[in-house]
Amino acid sequence: MTDTLTGQDTAAAQPQKSIGSYLASHMREYGLLFALIAIMVFFQIVTGGTLLRPINITNLFLQNSYIIIMALGMLIVIVGGNIDLSVGSVMGFIGALAAVMMVNWGWSVPVASLACLFCGVLIGAAQGYWVAYWKIPSFIVTLAGMLVFRGASLWLLEGQSVGPFAREFQLLSTGFVPDIFGIGRPNGTALAVGVIAVILIFYFGLRTRAQNRKYGIEDEPVGLFYVRNAIIAGALFFVLYKLATFRGLPNVLITMGILTLIYAFITERTTIGRRIYALGGNAKAAKLSGIATERLTFLTFVNMGFLAALAGLIYAARLNTATPKAGFALELDVIAAVFIGGASMSGGVGKIIGAVVGAFIMGVMNNGMSIMGIGIDYQQVIKGLVLLAAVIFDVYNKQKQA
Amino acid sequence: MPTLLEMQSITKTFPGVRALDEVSLKVEEGEIHALVGENGAGKSTLMKVLSGVYPHGTYEGEILYDGEALALNGISDSEKRGIIIIHQELALVPLLSIAENLFLGNERATGGVIQWQETFRRTEELLRKVGLKESPATKVERLGVGKQQLVEIAKALSKEVRLLILDEPTAALSESDSQALLDLILELKAQGVTSIIISHKLNEIRRIADTITVIRDGSSVSTLDARTGGITEDRIVRDMVGRDMSARYPDRERRAGETIFEVKNWNVFHPEHAERQVIHDVSFNVRAGEVVGIAGLMGSGRTELAMSIFGRSWGQNISGEVFVRGQPADTSKVARAIDAGLAYVTEDRKELGLVLEDTIRQNITLANLPAVSRTGILSSGEETNVAERYKRAMNIRTPTVFQKVMNLSGGNQQKVVLSKWLFASPEVLILDEPTRGIDVGAKFEIYGIINDLSKQGKGVVMISSEMPELLGMCDRIYVMNEGEFVGELSADEASQERIMSLIVTD
Repeated sequence: MTDTLTGQDTAAAQPQKSIGSYLASHMREYGLLFALIAIMVFFQIVTGGTLLRPINITNLFLQNSYIIIMALGMLIVIVGGNIDLSVGSVMGFIGALAAVMMVNWGWSVPVASLACLFCGVLIGAAQGYWVAYWKIPSFIVTLAGMLVFRGASLWLLEGQSVGPFAREFQLLSTGFVPDIFGIGRPNGTALAVGVIAVILIFYFGLRTRAQNRKYGIEDEPVGLFYVRNAIIAGALFFVLYKLATFRGLPNVLITMGILTLIYAFITERTTIGRRIYALGGNAKAAKLSGIATERLTFLTFVNMGFLAALAGLIYAARLNTATPKAGFALELDVIAAVFIGGASMSGGVGKIIGAVVGAFIMGVMNNGMSIMGIGIDYQQVIKGLVLLAAVIFDVYNKQKQA
Repeated sequence: MPTLLEMQSITKTFPGVRALDEVSLKVEEGEIHALVGENGAGKSTLMKVLSGVYPHGTYEGEILYDGEALALNGISDSEKRGIIIIHQELALVPLLSIAENLFLGNERATGGVIQWQETFRRTEELLRKVGLKESPATKVERLGVGKQQLVEIAKALSKEVRLLILDEPTAALSESDSQALLDLILELKAQGVTSIIISHKLNEIRRIADTITVIRDGSSVSTLDARTGGITEDRIVRDMVGRDMSARYPDRERRAGETIFEVKNWNVFHPEHAERQVIHDVSFNVRAGEVVGIAGLMGSGRTELAMSIFGRSWGQNISGEVFVRGQPADTSKVARAIDAGLAYVTEDRKELGLVLEDTIRQNITLANLPAVSRTGILSSGEETNVAERYKRAMNIRTPTVFQKVMNLSGGNQQKVVLSKWLFASPEVLILDEPTRGIDVGAKFEIYGIINDLSKQGKGVVMISSEMPELLGMCDRIYVMNEGEFVGELSADEASQERIMSLIVTD
């Protein structure tokens, strides 16, 4: 550690690094993207083209939306140095609550939905309170929460499935954005969103580059920048085009996309985001820098509760019924997505976009293996090994750097 | 005397860095050999080569030990030959007893079943040797740092040590604990143990070392024979930094303005043992442009005092008043203390001062994020500007401010912590051991920064265990002992003897 100075001086002498060495030093970020692409190409081939059929892409989003939405909150909780094991149960409980309110009690959809989201916030607050202000390990508090809300869903539903929901509630999950241009097929809205997304990717990418140059921040080599963004933009447009040839943009995709952007912005560009990273990186130093660490920890759980509730509504709307088994063991998928996405178990490290890509890696594997007809037994084993491999890859990279 | 160890032209490179460049070191049997040099000079790397952390083949050069070429493959290899290294960060398990720690990995056991009687008997023997009067069953966490250091040495003795390597053994020790430790090293020498001691404390080295090797920038620059006398500290410092350091404390025009910071009747109780009062009725003040020292032994309550004032970060049942510029100030939360104009640079920068995983830029702005953001949204450019400004002003040696702070040397890390607090634009800075564990050159720079602060009319409170530093820097020194202020000395009256006598006659 004490010998690094001379090393940095030599690095400073040659700021123009080759693409190869840049890739090597940013292995994690690119590796994740390439892994997702490789996995998609692999399943596209072995499923004989089924994976990327429009209907299947639509399904992929519908199947994974609630995992991705919870992964956003889980990333923040994990970056803050905690974990939440209760999200699967909370999601199931909120779905059950929604069913009881709407089906049994006849509450209107907006009122019941708001009540459910509020209930999620309260659950998050209740768990966060013990973690933040009583310093009880989050593992234990949320393990308790997992059992409590699993039981609460059973009690609420009296062991039965409750449904179906009103048509307008189902739209939350299974609805599609109508074609504003009236073309029908391909769906004009989806295509327009695709074009706008491609323009925005390059616009913001170039703007950031210009800013980085202005402040002398090291950036990726220009060739790599265009290649990477072309791949991302191309893939995005490809997916949106495929969606356009089916039924257009699913509502959940919009919800998910907007939430991802919001949370990426919060974590990377706001003071509260920065403080959460500092809290997870070194809670004592953060506290002595005037950061209200307890309140921040509390808020990460409140946020998690809110997102778990939203996921619960979406899940219930998709199945059109609430079952006592809903959300069972789902927290593990969410946590796995976050760690595959590069977050660190000890806190302070991780990115929203990583968690989302991590969730897609899991989702594509689930979907691809199901299409191939691989049994649930093998699927579990393979998913477990992928999680382990991702984390080993992380640790290996870290050791190589040190 | 025969030569015990000879390291010949050791060269060790890391990707892009030549950490050691043909370093040679010759240690005679039965001597105490001091290894000195600035942080980053390569001392620790050299010792890692010697102890097998960097195995044979990963470096160039030859090691002769006891006349034989040494090809080590790991620490256990070197330990087998009686080469034991005691690191700066102690490697004890706090929740285990002294006896369990001493024989960890080396248990007195038959067939995997620990022989407790034998273990305790041997432990008592070893503890007697190092002069530690504790029961072998005492948990290590209940011992102070000084005693823990002795346990480490006892552990080394349990392994039939021939060559004992101590990496900054007294860095965290109080004056009296340090003395005891140095006496023990001399005692071991009398019993035939050879030692290599790495230290920044030149007075200690002069006291016990037979030979001194100075390392600078990865090369050995000189080997001095300390037995003949006539080696001055200035001479050693000159070799270490490669230039004359006539003044170790930069000059400052001393002028004190009005009182800007005052603490009255401060009382603090222990956070876990509510009946134990740790700080008793302490009152002090600081004037604008003044550097005020707090002297005292380790455990006298200096850090507890500072932390309890700064946002009640330590202790309970705190009472007393704080005034900033004559106005009562609310310091009950860290954020409020910062708003009131206070800053506290912690004693332990890695544990309490820095987010090591984060970049220099992120660390510098952490205590004052609103200044680089609008309505909660950070301005990346503004933040970079701020970081670059402090990088230049503080002379933080790094190619970019996007470097993670864990990759910086101790001195540069400390500059990052200071930058963080200066950016919060405080009126009063409390600096707790601001130069601990950093080298002479960086120390001088930090003193310069402190003088700049005083020139700007800020008040500085400096807590330090190094008395020469307090005497060299402060306008006034409060002496603290067992949670009380036992005296106040002006710069003219103060001397090491007077401070010590205030402490001991209390």
